[in-house]
Amino acid sequence: MLNTPSPQSVQRESFRVRDVVLTTLVLLLLWQIIVWVTGVPRYILPGPAAVASAWVSNVGLIGENTWVTAIEVIAGLIIGTGFGAATALLLMMSSTLRRFLMPVLVLSQTIPVFALAPLLTLWLGYGLSSKIVMTILIIYFPVTSTFLDGLRGTPSGFLDLAQTMRSYRLQTLLRVRVPAALPSLTSGIRLASVYAPIGAIIGEWVGASKGLGYLMLLANGRVKTDLMFAALITLCVFTLVLRIVVGLLCRKIDTWAGKGL
Amino acid sequence: MMERHPFGGTGVPKQAPAVTVTGNFYWDTDNTSDQQALVPLFQDLEFRLEPSCWTCLLGTSGIGKSTLLRLIAGLQTDGIFNGTVAADDALPIVDRIAYMAQSDLLFPWLSVERNIATGAMLRRQTVNQQRLDELLLQTGLAEHRHKKPGELSGGMRQRTALARTLMEDTPIVLLDEPFSALDTRTRADMQQLAATMLQDKTVLLVTHDAAEALRLGHHIYALSTTGMAACDIPAEPPLRDMTSAAVIDAQRDLLLRLNS
Repeated sequence: MLNTPSPQSVQRESFRVRDVVLTTLVLLLLWQIIVWVTGVPRYILPGPAAVASAWVSNVGLIGENTWVTAIEVIAGLIIGTGFGAATALLLMMSSTLRRFLMPVLVLSQTIPVFALAPLLTLWLGYGLSSKIVMTILIIYFPVTSTFLDGLRGTPSGFLDLAQTMRSYRLQTLLRVRVPAALPSLTSGIRLASVYAPIGAIIGEWVGASKGLGYLMLLANGRVKTDLMFAALITLCVFTLVLRIVVGLLCRKIDTWAGKGL
Repeated sequence: MMERHPFGGTGVPKQAPAVTVTGNFYWDTDNTSDQQALVPLFQDLEFRLEPSCWTCLLGTSGIGKSTLLRLIAGLQTDGIFNGTVAADDALPIVDRIAYMAQSDLLFPWLSVERNIATGAMLRRQTVNQQRLDELLLQTGLAEHRHKKPGELSGGMRQRTALARTLMEDTPIVLLDEPFSALDTRTRADMQQLAATMLQDKTVLLVTHDAAEALRLGHHIYALSTTGMAACDIPAEPPLRDMTSAAVIDAQRDLLLRLNS
């Protein structure tokens, strides 16, 4: 009865680390072989060895820019989750708000958010804030909608019980609906953790002086393709680590909320 | 939403009242309140819960016995009720009920003791710690008080739900098949525990189990497609010995009546 179906259930299937590492190594080897066999120039497609050596010789530069992107992503993730959760609570409390705002929120999803990036840069400048706002815009809706779905999907038996106990409306929301909806919120946050880096990188591409997205454009402009690949791979690893950490935190919350019981 | 009063104030008498439901109830089969689509569950009903007694409402699944319980509890039903639910002391009923369902409805994020004290939490009252400790002892849950529902067996979960119902300390208790999901042995234990602990309350037990009704009920009503009828019950008081000849005879009569 309490088992909230999670859109993330497929991702939660556990894989064996050894298998993943093995597949990655095979792919890297294949990549290197293609580079050797075709003799493609280094500025078009550098091999993994070249990328690794570019990574090592630019480790300071990459580290510095990863740090900036990480701050943008994590700040965006936290603020966006806060805004999203607060919006869901607000919409849950007022059916009037829901009637007027929900359609607008859904329609707003037809805006290609990436297209707003130049505007954000114009308004907020080249610093961190335009990237953080971009990240917030991208994750806001998934968090809001998953949490709101959870809040509205409280098992009716819980609500009957609360009613016979003469619960206050606010108590029913905070003590029954919110905890029962936490597993929905966490699946929204899991999604958000994968989307968030996209927001930050788009923001950096449009205008920045720091960050992995900026570094990629810089390297690309100077035909340092190996450095660009090094930045790209660093971004992938960062996103992966973020997803794992967020996943662990979410699992803690799910366990507390008694998901699957 | 109903008017809410702080519970347990000086104005609420602890004496268990009789409760009478009178009137008509129609299923609203297509949710339009269209007269054509209304199917009667009962008409000109007069159903009385005797004070400080267990009244059992017996019927097959889907017959509408839970709906009657939900009417008394003031919960939403998918139909139209023209009538009254009243206590013989003329005080409001919804303030004075505790409700227990087939599913234990324990909050999986709360420990056993906090589940038992849910009512006080939802009404923002302080928990009667002494009563909580007593109930934990009486239901044999004292050593499990800090566990979460997920760590408990089905029987322990339903004991927690019973303790939560008792923690409400209301004169009227509405039980909607609370034992039907339990295995035979656990069910018998739970019936005994509930009968002992709820003996001075006005209790409505909705069940599809004739044996359960005969074991526990001071009064038994059978609800079937032809309406509601009072059933004969053995002379001995509950908890009845299920192996006595009178009980076995009564059970046969009840089963015949339910299947007719």
